[in-house]
Amino acid sequence: MNPVVNAPILQVDNLHVRYSVTGGGLLGYGRRVLHAVNGVTFWVAKGECLSIVGESGCGKSTTALSILGLQKPSEGSILYRGQPFTGPNGPNRMQRAKAVQMVFQDPYASLNPRQTVRTSLAAPLRLHGITAASEIEARIEAMLKNVGLTPEQAKRYPYEFSGGQRQRIGIARALILEPEIVILDEPVSALDVSIRAQIINLLLDLKEKLGLSYLMISHDLSVVEHMSDRVMVMYFGQIVEEGSWRQIFETPAHPYTRRLIAAIPSADPQNSTMREFGNPLPGANSISVLDTATTLDVFSRPVDSRLIEIAPQHRVRAVLIA
Amino acid sequence: MRFGFNFWLGAGLTTLVIVTGILAPWIAPFDPVLNADLMNSELPPDTTFWFGTDAQGRDVLSRTLYGAQISLTVGIVSQLVNSVIGVTLGMTAGYWAGWWDDLVSGLTNVMLAIPSLIFALAVLAVLGPGLPSLLIALGLTNWSWTCRIARSSTLSVKSQAYVQAAQTLGYGDIRIMFTQILPNILGPILVMATLGMGSAVLSEAALSFIGLGIQPPSPSWGSMLTDARQLIQLAPWIAIFPGLAIFLTVLGFNLLGDGLRDSLDPHMRTRKP
Amino acid sequence: MKQPLLDIRNLRVGVLLGRTQRPIVNDVSFKIMPGEAYGLVGESGSGKSVTSLAVMGLMQKPLSVLDGQILFQGQNLLELKTREMRRVRGKRIAMIFQEPMTALNPLSTIGRQIAEMYVLHQGKSWNEARRLAIDALASVHVPNPDQRTKNYPHQMSGGLRQRVMIAMALACNPDLLIADEPTTALDVTVQAEVLRLIKELCTERGTAVLFISHDLGVIASVCQRVGVMYAGSLVEENETGAIFTSPRHAYTRGLLGALPRLGSRSAHGRQRLVDIDSIIADRSTLTETRYITPRSSQ
Repeated sequence: MNPVVNAPILQVDNLHVRYSVTGGGLLGYGRRVLHAVNGVTFWVAKGECLSIVGESGCGKSTTALSILGLQKPSEGSILYRGQPFTGPNGPNRMQRAKAVQMVFQDPYASLNPRQTVRTSLAAPLRLHGITAASEIEARIEAMLKNVGLTPEQAKRYPYEFSGGQRQRIGIARALILEPEIVILDEPVSALDVSIRAQIINLLLDLKEKLGLSYLMISHDLSVVEHMSDRVMVMYFGQIVEEGSWRQIFETPAHPYTRRLIAAIPSADPQNSTMREFGNPLPGANSISVLDTATTLDVFSRPVDSRLIEIAPQHRVRAVLIA
Repeated sequence: MRFGFNFWLGAGLTTLVIVTGILAPWIAPFDPVLNADLMNSELPPDTTFWFGTDAQGRDVLSRTLYGAQISLTVGIVSQLVNSVIGVTLGMTAGYWAGWWDDLVSGLTNVMLAIPSLIFALAVLAVLGPGLPSLLIALGLTNWSWTCRIARSSTLSVKSQAYVQAAQTLGYGDIRIMFTQILPNILGPILVMATLGMGSAVLSEAALSFIGLGIQPPSPSWGSMLTDARQLIQLAPWIAIFPGLAIFLTVLGFNLLGDGLRDSLDPHMRTRKP
Repeated sequence: MKQPLLDIRNLRVGVLLGRTQRPIVNDVSFKIMPGEAYGLVGESGSGKSVTSLAVMGLMQKPLSVLDGQILFQGQNLLELKTREMRRVRGKRIAMIFQEPMTALNPLSTIGRQIAEMYVLHQGKSWNEARRLAIDALASVHVPNPDQRTKNYPHQMSGGLRQRVMIAMALACNPDLLIADEPTTALDVTVQAEVLRLIKELCTERGTAVLFISHDLGVIASVCQRVGVMYAGSLVEENETGAIFTSPRHAYTRGLLGALPRLGSRSAHGRQRLVDIDSIIADRSTLTETRYITPRSSQ
């Protein structure tokens, strides 16, 4: 069992991200507001892995980009260790880089093809003030060892590596500045099955070893179930359910969550029995869980639903009736 | 990176021309300007004057060799200026987008709508003829295609995850443009530059031909062609040799550009099949 | 004993690199019975997609078939001339791909693209073909099919486009449908619907399916029989259930162990995923043994 220190190091409060998009209206010149992230609140504790699951367009990537500082929030706050992480009082790019980093989805696009592995790892160190060559070498060597690569491979270019190895380099790069929070954006989706296992094991090992907190974005629920401590399900910019991995996968309360889990094609004939969920809602008479397919639309005002706690740490989006 | 036949042939030709230009003072048998003896005018090629002489009795060979210096200077320097302007404007337009992109794209469209030679003519009319004016005129008017290519290459590189990664690592915009974007857009820019050099040599020939570029008695291939115009039937060698020189130089640059493009293309493909 | 619909015998495909032929598919043999759904599973580089291209006759240089036979209803497809193969393609064997956006013509309405199938292969008139196209869209559960026929591919979502592809593929009632990673690019719930659709339509019409995927779960939910490919060889073949409950080849076992399985953490706690490289000392020996289990009905 991993002792999880329960102090939140990342706190996201009522995050809204709105884009204005053209389209519709007269001759296609109408402007509408796309509410990509619509009032999202969550926290990540030290040493834990929180996964955000949802299908395309649900806002999970936009949420991640807001935390990284690559997307400006329209409303809401992000706190890192209690200090504001966005806005005028927030840190600049350099300070932010030491706190949060990201592992990208596509190992073939996430490395600069014109930089050797060594340069990719050394340049950020130098940028952040570590200039002694011996220190840089030592850190690079240690990091390569951490991700399962040899120091000799440092002088090679990305095109000389396989997908799995490139992902390891991407992980090394994300960790070289020793951040506390690492955002994993579909870290294994683009990899072969046998390589996925290696990278998943690596990520879990590193989390233990370095005390990292992960915010993982994924649509692959099997991977999410395996790796996460807590899970957050998003749909059209809102959280529809959140809870521990056990609560989400053993007793999912929201119809959308259930649909997602039921849709996973099963590789195990024995698994089909898992898909029948009983009604886990205590006090089911006082709340009505909205099936999001019919009630939420990005362009309309959200129905007045709230996240209601149905078990310790297990919240589901619903409307109070009576 | 493997280089094909085109590349080596092009590289060979351009190196030949460059070396000729550099070594002209040592290998030219006569002074290109001062050795003008009217007694020797319009002599066909013979053992003394390998390329014959022109109307002023000057050795065509020596003038052709020295002409390489001027034509190459125009070709290379003006293209360098073009590339710097084009890349700076195009890369920043693509990276920062917004109003700056609108401004640069608008300017590029205007520049492209004006025939470049006319534009250069206008600048020369203001500055007066001569080598420095020629460099300024050509340098300031031919950057549009480079700008377009730099901008579109930047847009496609910008969307790659490693640029996002650099931002996440704390890199500032300028640093990202120089370390992440520029090295990855260099390929097409280099190809454009070599082709542009050839085109600049032709522009110099044209402008000098109409009297607005290099002025006599300086030997530039273009001005040599001007002088040769009247005598084309009687003494064709005065036009043939500078013309041949222009042809070989431009061909060399074009082949070099082609060869570079061919060898850079497959190398860029780093994806698994 | 029924005659197999598709009988691939000792297929060898190579790619010409410089002067040498590198094998991509190395002595692969398997059969698909009429109406059967057969899954070909493997990672990238295993040769599964190339095999399907060979069946369709869609291989281009530098790939080429080096040896073997592809018997379709008794006829060797590799011996057919281009013109004859074109009559087979689309009409008797159809294929759907991973990226519906690139497989559909962006400049033509989908109504026209589906209608084309009827005009080309069944000699129908355009008017008749357009009506049949609307029916085809309805059969793949596309809502408002008559309006949708006027749409262009970019106006539809990925799931809808894939349905259009299925409609086009099944328009002429082919005997065999080849599906190459048709749901990899789709969201999970959309994927489930598309898979259900493929199963339903093929069972209804008795169309055999050759389903290619890297996802064991997807294959298991559609196919009755599975072939596992590794580095160009078919290393194991068996009924779907048997592959999961009693895998015999080391690679199959490694592949199954490498997957995080839904529900296993609840039941057994978090188990370290199997790293194939640590249990198989030398990957090059994997292709030496093959476990092909014959069909039970034979």
